[in-house]
Amino acid sequence: MTHPAIKINGVHKYFGNLHALKGVDLTIAPGEFFALLGPNGAGKSTLISILAGLIKPTTGDVSVMGFDVVNQYQQARQLLGIVPQELVFDPFFNVREMLRFQAGYFGYGRENDAWIDEILEGLGLTDKAHTNMRKLSGGMKRRALIAQALAHKPPVIVLDEPTAGVDVELRQMLWSFIKKLNQNGHTIILTTHYLEEAEALCSRVAMMKQGEIVALDSTANLLNKFSGKHLRLTLGDVALPLGLQALLRHQEKGIFTFALRDTEQIELVLSALRLANIKVLDMQLSEADLEDVFLSLTGKQS
Amino acid sequence: MIIPASFKQSVRGPWTLLKKELLRFWRVAFQTVAAPVITALLYLLIFSHVLEKQVQVYDDVPYTAFLIPGLIMMSVLQNAFANSSSSLIQSKVMGNLVFILLTPLTHLQFFTAFLFAAIIRGLVVGLCIYLVAICFIAMPMANPGLIVAFALLGSALLGTFGIIAGIWADRFDQMAAFQNFVIMPLSFLSGVFYSIHSLPPFWQKVSHLNPFFYMIDGFRYGFFGKGDVSPLVSLSVVGLSFLLLAWITLKMLKSGYKLRA
Repeated sequence: MTHPAIKINGVHKYFGNLHALKGVDLTIAPGEFFALLGPNGAGKSTLISILAGLIKPTTGDVSVMGFDVVNQYQQARQLLGIVPQELVFDPFFNVREMLRFQAGYFGYGRENDAWIDEILEGLGLTDKAHTNMRKLSGGMKRRALIAQALAHKPPVIVLDEPTAGVDVELRQMLWSFIKKLNQNGHTIILTTHYLEEAEALCSRVAMMKQGEIVALDSTANLLNKFSGKHLRLTLGDVALPLGLQALLRHQEKGIFTFALRDTEQIELVLSALRLANIKVLDMQLSEADLEDVFLSLTGKQS
Repeated sequence: MIIPASFKQSVRGPWTLLKKELLRFWRVAFQTVAAPVITALLYLLIFSHVLEKQVQVYDDVPYTAFLIPGLIMMSVLQNAFANSSSSLIQSKVMGNLVFILLTPLTHLQFFTAFLFAAIIRGLVVGLCIYLVAICFIAMPMANPGLIVAFALLGSALLGTFGIIAGIWADRFDQMAAFQNFVIMPLSFLSGVFYSIHSLPPFWQKVSHLNPFFYMIDGFRYGFFGKGDVSPLVSLSVVGLSFLLLAWITLKMLKSGYKLRA
């Protein structure tokens, strides 16, 4: 029987009076590319810390490929590679030394050097292998952090905001590397604030809000459920007719964005504007994206 | 995907952590080895120059010779403590302790690696002081077994104490307070520079409550075959203190105190 890559069962976590996780259930299959989304304070990092064994759940249980993260933590951690959110590093060592140490903690010796070379190559770190960690730029430190999580070739990889503060070029490079890992059979779980990344990369998405999972589905299903159009009109400095206020999603510098159920609503908007004698200076129509789903579920306004 | 046998991990894991901890202090050996050796030799130079003709602790032992084992042991203890405590507080403040917390290393493996690194640093510093000192003054060696036993147990005790301090402290100033208000007074008031028989009776009694006194007295006994108390008493006190602190440390590590929420 194949165990799920990750199984989270009825997990609650209290920090004093704060109920940080309110009964989270989640199963992630081996080989999935999974996104965990949510605003700050939703409980994503707490959930990942429980998975990593850095925080103990108050109740409930979590397993990695069938191994409980509390009672069988050695086996569970052996199978897990975690990329922490903070840019932390050990200033005493160079990149290759850090990777060898990290692999060594998991029981790997020099026989693992070929894999370390592969990671260095894949992350564009080969020429920095002998550079001290503290001398690396922020982007390079981020790559080294990812390399460290992969040093023991874990089948399940968790990336907590891996592209935060990373430039576009590096972000693209990281994603193509992580995509390749996924194609090679690694299960990937990521938290990100860049929703377009989750949309482009992940087959399934969980959205969290205030310690609960508020949506869990395939990316395609979520987008279908919240299908709709965005109508972006440049109207200038005008007062919008009251009847259109309900459809208005966003307004900035004379540009009004309306969230529409379907194309038929376009005529409704335009006729209301005509009646109010408001001239349309420019018009754009686009499909709804994961951000809309995210915003409607988390109740946040853009 | 191949999962390494747990045997491989259980040997290589702690060995890697020990190697990393040793390299960490060796990379800055000027600060972690050379500096304490120079400090101890300066103490030796000044105190022996000033007190050589005025103090005679044991009948046939010159004051300088008396001073050497005390200074060696004091340096062994201080450096064993500094190794584990500074490594842990730095890793906590820098945040890189997470790299170890995410691994399958058990609390016992974690403890063993930090403990041995502390013992090795303490012994390296002690040995360097000894080697320089014997260039200038002949040192007897009445009982080498006792010398080794006290050096090992003393550095183990302070290495363990360093782990406790490193786990407990959240900031560098808390660690400095630990160094200045606990370690320094205990080591200076332990008979490094004098025999406790030269103290008034009250302070003699107080000195008997200081475990550093037993480590230094027992270590010195190994050189001269005489001391303020029986080496067996000292060995028992030091051994039991180590076991007690090791038990507390393992409890702290197992529960994840201040390391895991």
